[in-house]
Amino acid sequence: MNRWLLIVFLALTGVAGSSLQAREAALLAADEATEKRLVAISSELRCLVCQNESLSGSNAELANDLRREIRSLIRDGRSDAEIMEFMVSRYGDFVRYRPPLKGTTVLLWFGPGLLFVAALGALLLHLRRRERTLRDQRPLNADETRRAEALLHDPDAPPRP
Amino acid sequence: MNRFLWPLIGFVVLVVLLAVGLNLNPRDVPSPLVGKPAPAFSLARLDAPEQKFSPQEMLGKAWLLNVWASWCVSCRQEHPLLVELAKRQSVPLIGLNYKEVRGDGAIDSSRLDAAAEKRMTIERAGGWLARHGDPYALSVLDIDGRVGIDYGVYGVPETYVIDKAGIIRMKHTGPVTADILSGKILPLLAELNR
Repeated sequence: MNRWLLIVFLALTGVAGSSLQAREAALLAADEATEKRLVAISSELRCLVCQNESLSGSNAELANDLRREIRSLIRDGRSDAEIMEFMVSRYGDFVRYRPPLKGTTVLLWFGPGLLFVAALGALLLHLRRRERTLRDQRPLNADETRRAEALLHDPDAPPRP
Repeated sequence: MNRFLWPLIGFVVLVVLLAVGLNLNPRDVPSPLVGKPAPAFSLARLDAPEQKFSPQEMLGKAWLLNVWASWCVSCRQEHPLLVELAKRQSVPLIGLNYKEVRGDGAIDSSRLDAAAEKRMTIERAGGWLARHGDPYALSVLDIDGRVGIDYGVYGVPETYVIDKAGIIRMKHTGPVTADILSGKILPLLAELNR
């Protein structure tokens, strides 16, 4: 799985033709552990230039620079949390695909769940109400049935609504 | 009546949410640097490459830092406004020339050594300012874009308003327009200079 990710990553980062691809591949061969961590970290980060791409998949200039920066941070022995902090302090929580849980992101995290519970509640309420109205309908008695039959078969009766 | 009221309310709420959402600019990412000290740097000056400039020299003054490059199309759009600003106002405007050579996709910078890249940067940036006018008190050269990363630059041009204590008070991403300049940047500078 990881190997596949790496292959996809390398294929995606081939921006300026083969030279960059060759460079990334050479880096991968030289230091596999670093490159693996780089892919793991940068998959969690948003590329600010093409916002729906991760930093690991993006070809943008800035993404290249940031990968280079993360690579050197890894070599300096920084932890993943420190590298995350490095990125967040510069670009804000927006760079994280999984933003931290805090006051401004509560709605983001729990909004969908809340919406789901509300919709489920509305559905249950509606079903219960419908069941009650169905239960309250009693069948017609003999007299009423006769009247209904008469109306249905009477050619002079006004047209059925 | 009641049967249609709730779906209608739901629809209106949805339309309002979508209208607001579509009118937000996804490029407008709030910078975590607002309210924080401007990151320190020491970079070569464009006009005097053997000399360095660092933001500490601006302590005591409210100033603008404008990130630009000759390959940046939107910079050309805002440039006349900056030239005009430099003419009529006494706002110190410092330029950060961002990845002049490396940022230009047309140049394969991997073939250049550091000295050649610096020479090319000065030549191109200087030439561009000579052609379009130079509104900057001075420009510094961020050749590899490292300082840009510290400032959270992700789309040139960007403009920072920095106060007397060296705190970033505002960041604008994208070209400065007349509205933003007269409606936001200049009032803020006036307040900071009070």
